[in-house]
Amino acid sequence: MNIRSMAAVLAATVMLPLGAAHATDLEVTHWWTSGGEAAAVAELAKAFNATGNKWVDGAIAGSGGTARPIMISRITGGDPMAATQFNHGRQAEELVQAGLMRDFTDLAKKEGWDKIVRPVGLLKSCTFEGKIYCVPLNIHSWQWLWLSNDAFKKAGVAVPKNWDEYVAAAPALEKAGIVPLAVGGQAWQSTGLFAVLTVAIGGKDIYQKVYGDKDAKVAAGPEMAKVFKAADDARKMAKGTNVQDWNQATNMVITGKAGGQIMGDWAQGEFQLAGKKAGVDYTCLPGLGVNEVISTAGDAFYFPVLKDAAKTKAQEALASALLDAKTQVAFNLKKGSLPVRGDVDLAAANDCMKKGLEILAKGNVVTSTDQLITQDTQKQLEDLMSQFFANTSITAEEAQKRFVAIFSKAG
Amino acid sequence: MAAHTQPGRPNQLFRNLNSKIASIPMMLTAVVIFLGGTIWTVVYSFTNSKLLPRLSFVGLEQYERLWDTPRWIVSIQNLATYGCLSLIFSLTIGFLLAALMDQKIRFENTFRTIFLYPFALSFIVTGLVWQWILNPEFGVQSVVRSLGWTSFTFDPLYNSDIVIYGILIAALWQGTGLVMCLMLAGLRGIDEDIWKAARVDGIPMWKTYLFIIIPMMRPVFVTTLVIIASGIVRIYDLVVAQTSGGPGIASDVPAKYVYDYMFFAQNLGQGFAASTMMLLAVAIIIVPWAYLEFGGRKRG
Repeated sequence: MNIRSMAAVLAATVMLPLGAAHATDLEVTHWWTSGGEAAAVAELAKAFNATGNKWVDGAIAGSGGTARPIMISRITGGDPMAATQFNHGRQAEELVQAGLMRDFTDLAKKEGWDKIVRPVGLLKSCTFEGKIYCVPLNIHSWQWLWLSNDAFKKAGVAVPKNWDEYVAAAPALEKAGIVPLAVGGQAWQSTGLFAVLTVAIGGKDIYQKVYGDKDAKVAAGPEMAKVFKAADDARKMAKGTNVQDWNQATNMVITGKAGGQIMGDWAQGEFQLAGKKAGVDYTCLPGLGVNEVISTAGDAFYFPVLKDAAKTKAQEALASALLDAKTQVAFNLKKGSLPVRGDVDLAAANDCMKKGLEILAKGNVVTSTDQLITQDTQKQLEDLMSQFFANTSITAEEAQKRFVAIFSKAG
Repeated sequence: MAAHTQPGRPNQLFRNLNSKIASIPMMLTAVVIFLGGTIWTVVYSFTNSKLLPRLSFVGLEQYERLWDTPRWIVSIQNLATYGCLSLIFSLTIGFLLAALMDQKIRFENTFRTIFLYPFALSFIVTGLVWQWILNPEFGVQSVVRSLGWTSFTFDPLYNSDIVIYGILIAALWQGTGLVMCLMLAGLRGIDEDIWKAARVDGIPMWKTYLFIIIPMMRPVFVTTLVIIASGIVRIYDLVVAQTSGGPGIASDVPAKYVYDYMFFAQNLGQGFAASTMMLLAVAIIIVPWAYLEFGGRKRG
């Protein structure tokens, strides 16, 4: 009797983990820590928890630049998390090559990812030697100019409709004590801004030739000189920003302390969180109002190879949950990004998101810099751009020379 | 522990066997971790390793690129400026404070604690505190402005030309207390009779310090110098906390360059090349000096 009940208890303890095999804790690392981002992540966690598993949040503050080295050293150091965010493209390239990431080709075939994910380039960025290694989650585009309607009212000028009008309005803003353009001090912000100027001022082809083909001749050409001239304007307009994080800079636009900001559409989450309405309180200009083109960068989840069988199984549940139509809508509405599925209903989307969807539907897209250049090149560009924006003694011509040098050696 | 030398005794190897066995782990650590790690780094600095180390040699390519990079040049210049000034100021201020403290003042313990206290804070905390103090919107500038001088400008951390001095201020605030304590210990080690003799001879106090006491404190100065110099070369966390290298790359330092290229840029080869250069610079300065100081001759 005694032994039997003991056995029963023992069996129960063995059965319990077996019976609840899918109730597994998965640690997910990401760098979504601003208010709007955290709200969006909560949606993902909710969707994953609904599958009977448990989302263990591993947020790393300080944006991608800080988070990625931590994630990578954990994966290469043999202590991988169950899933992690990266941007689409070449950030995880070597990890995949080294066989540290899990292959999801079977699940992708079963669920027909190639049919639902749009644009197709997104899934292509996840593919390496014919196998799929990541789950695209959203589409983020960098090419947005966010303008504070209040700031322009205060300065007594009309809200600009394109980059040139904006530059022309800068002196009036300055006179009213408003920083015309908010640019945070972190290097990736000025670097991203420059890529946006390249697409908007230089055009789609120039952008593709410089960032895609690493064509040093085009990089040294007169078209890029125009872009550098615009960057020179931008750094003059950005003088006096004195904040570091992008969301602090966005907050300057929200509170009307700054006229505008060139920042990806993730800034929209901040506007939304602050209760601002697109078109009324703020204006968004895709492609700076010059070239209405957006890049299809975004976030994707990568799944490191794990030894634990239960966790490996749960990874699949997470992957399906991320691409689920409902999750896609809930997450992207909060995040301000566009869903990777073309078949979901986004009636609740605001004006700016609708603009983005329209451009996407027209196919006016470019490949993002994350997909085109390596982290090494990116870092070199960041060094150049952050110095260019901080130090006005470097002329646009000098900066262009160094820009050309970087691309002539880029791989 | 007594070091009796007994000549002619066999088996030198087994003398003090216990202590030799006890030091094996530390010797292994030194050889494998320090020396091995260093050699490994130098070897891989000649490869084109990206995210993961790979043994495909590219010769001096990484070094050529390194010395072609404006950011590296800026960081070397910053280190030179910071190093020279920090050496001069922390020694001078530290010694002055110690000399003042040595005048048999009241509440010496209290003052000593106050001056040494910042040393108990990590560089990260020091950096953040001084980031706030030097921030034009909350710190010194806004205080002075609120007192009436509305055109007063003091924003070293936002000015590329003087940002390194903003970091220097924080480093001095943190470090001089320790220098003062070391100096004070040195001063206390000087025999009272020397002071008495100098007074009998009618030598003024400043001359006594300059020509008698300081030369006698040579060992203390050497120790202090080593401590300060090693702090200078490895400066990293203070910069990260205060400016994270900004504005732009104006306050960059070599250690930060190494870290950024190894982990952010996913270019291990470049980071290794930079850290090898740091090692080389240290070796060029330290080795001849250490040889002169400790090896060449025996001081009486």
